[in-house]
Amino acid sequence: METVTLTIKNQPTLYLEADTITPDNFSGKKASEIAALHAYEGRDQVTLGKYFEVSGEGGATAEDTRIVVKGNVSRVKYIGMKMTAGEILIEDNPDMYTGAWMHGGKLTVKGNVDAFAGIGMKGGEFVIEGNAGNYLGAAYRGDWRGMQGGVIRVKGKAGSDIGYFMNGGTIIVHGNTDVHVGTHMEGGKIIIKGNAPSKVGGQMVGGEIYVYGGIDVMMPGFKYAQDEELEVDGEKGNFSLFHGDTGERHPKRKGQIVYGKLYLRN
Amino acid sequence: MSKSVTDVICPFCGTLCDDLEVIVSDDGKKIEDIYNACAIGAEKFMHAQAADRVKKPRMQQPDGTYKEVSYDEAVDYTAKMFHKARKPLMYGWSSTSCEAQSIGHEIAEKAGAIVDNTATVCHGTTLIAVQDVGIPSCTLGEIKNRADRIIFWGCNPCHAHPRHQSRYSIFPRGYFTNKGHKNRKMIVVDPRDSDTAKMADYHFKLEQGRDYELLSALRVALRNEPLPETVAGIPREKIIEVAEVLKSGRFGIIFFGMGVTQTLSKNHNIDNAIMLTKDLNEFTKFSIMAMRGHYNVTGSGQVLGWQFGFPYAVDLSRGFARYNPGETTSNDLLRRDEVDAIFVLGSDPGAHFPISSVRKIAKLPSVCVDPHITPTSEISKLHVPVAFVGVEVGGNCYRMDNVPIEARKVVDPPEGMLTDVEFLDRVNKRLDQLMGGKK
Ligand code: SF4
Repeated sequence: METVTLTIKNQPTLYLEADTITPDNFSGKKASEIAALHAYEGRDQVTLGKYFEVSGEGGATAEDTRIVVKGNVSRVKYIGMKMTAGEILIEDNPDMYTGAWMHGGKLTVKGNVDAFAGIGMKGGEFVIEGNAGNYLGAAYRGDWRGMQGGVIRVKGKAGSDIGYFMNGGTIIVHGNTDVHVGTHMEGGKIIIKGNAPSKVGGQMVGGEIYVYGGIDVMMPGFKYAQDEELEVDGEKGNFSLFHGDTGERHPKRKGQIVYGKLYLRN
Repeated sequence: MSKSVTDVICPFCGTLCDDLEVIVSDDGKKIEDIYNACAIGAEKFMHAQAADRVKKPRMQQPDGTYKEVSYDEAVDYTAKMFHKARKPLMYGWSSTSCEAQSIGHEIAEKAGAIVDNTATVCHGTTLIAVQDVGIPSCTLGEIKNRADRIIFWGCNPCHAHPRHQSRYSIFPRGYFTNKGHKNRKMIVVDPRDSDTAKMADYHFKLEQGRDYELLSALRVALRNEPLPETVAGIPREKIIEVAEVLKSGRFGIIFFGMGVTQTLSKNHNIDNAIMLTKDLNEFTKFSIMAMRGHYNVTGSGQVLGWQFGFPYAVDLSRGFARYNPGETTSNDLLRRDEVDAIFVLGSDPGAHFPISSVRKIAKLPSVCVDPHITPTSEISKLHVPVAFVGVEVGGNCYRMDNVPIEARKVVDPPEGMLTDVEFLDRVNKRLDQLMGGKK
């Protein structure tokens, strides 16, 4: 595997839209070719080389390409957008849309990510060692297909609206979240190891939400079904299962209504 | 001798009353009286007559004072600001005509600007919800003639849209509602004892920030599923009773305002309210409508919608339209230092935005186009006074129910004063010259 290292040398005065920073775009390219790739600052088309020191070169394919991003990238958007394979390691805090519409590969952020990270994600592994902002793994505006596959793991806490319109894949948050978890969820799995204040599973049609900590105010449309012993994220535990959202439409299977599942850890 | 101008449109709130009568002096220069308008509408006309009105563009000097400049200089300054900026914000658009909005958008395309309107701080969340789940709506005329179940959720028309209830929603005798308000059941959802709430048959005085739960509870009740004892502080029995009242009507409508669009859950509240409306259509006819504030904020959404596909917060910086509230909305742009110039027309962010955003505006190159002196004009580098749309110049406007109505001119603007359309047109041409035909 070949490694390309990007070290930021000039900060953009506005924000840099750098959706070309992916193993797919870097593979088969030398450092000088990578530095010539396009990015945008406001209406100006610029090159990555204007802002980043590029060293190393891409592998033969995206799979053989690893990218390390160093320095303060808090004004850089869209890192890892639509990546399909390979690896990216971001050592600091990237801005919005990190790993948006990711298809595959592995993306690791040592710091925090801003809003809209992993929106519309289809596959791959996305690890955030710090905190995540709002709309993690959500749908893009107006899209009814949110996250569809892959795994997002947040070691810290997450903002509001995570898993909005989610219909596949897994989101694991080790800390607390803000309001609106899995709103309009149709499938997939959200595991919250901390607390979630309220509006959990509102308008949920299908899928599973696990909350280990507390929920201050439950949505009115969840009814208790039974207790279950389950293994979740490699750990065993006792959970109370609630069915919901009973105010929402639900499909039927074999004459039975199929609800979304909300598990609260006992 | 005075003359009377009839069927005048009120350019103040989204009700866009079209039955005003204005008495004008013989020379057509002075408004003497206004009939049919509410107090706030009449005030708008009278304001145009103020003796201390600014008549020339004013440029801020290094010591903070203002110096009068010519319209030519103002046009040149504005065009140069657009030419130099890499991501200017063009904000406002709610108190002007659709014609002016359209020229503004032409400039925005050339300058790679972001166009945002006042929905960003009021009904923008509604527009997100509409995009997510659609909207079953109707016109105010249908409500007047048919509606017998009226919900006001998080809005207070008694004060914000004073003639709404008398013209459309509660009192008028319509074709199928010939007993006026006696035909109608009125439900108000508001944590406050507002004057609107005092008129209601049912007042749900809910806990603040629990609208989303209460909307869900009504949907649960419609499906005959079990409910907890209280939701948002409202007893279960009351929720079920009101659900029955809604089902038993012939035509219902949910009007909602900023008490629900800008409180906790924001777009999700409206999303759920729209889904409740949809559910109620299983039992009877139901509609839902936003109580839009400024008289032509709806028009701004319409024009942006047909030109770029999105109703507000449209980012044209990369040459194609993008939209993502939370990123391309004015306050987020200002808070995050994402823009390098600001142009304001037809709104007053200096008065309505958080102080942190206002401070950012004060630091940027800025132009404010407004007939009045406002908090925004006082922090802008250039203030350009213009004629009042709907008083001194006509133009197209959209009522809150998306019905277009042509505003009328009743008096002449002061001598030499430009209209929004004329000013924008000149800026557009000057920008063309500066860019030499290319971007
Ligand atoms: S209700 Fe609104 S449109 Fe009608 S007169 Fe009053 S301010 Fe003007």
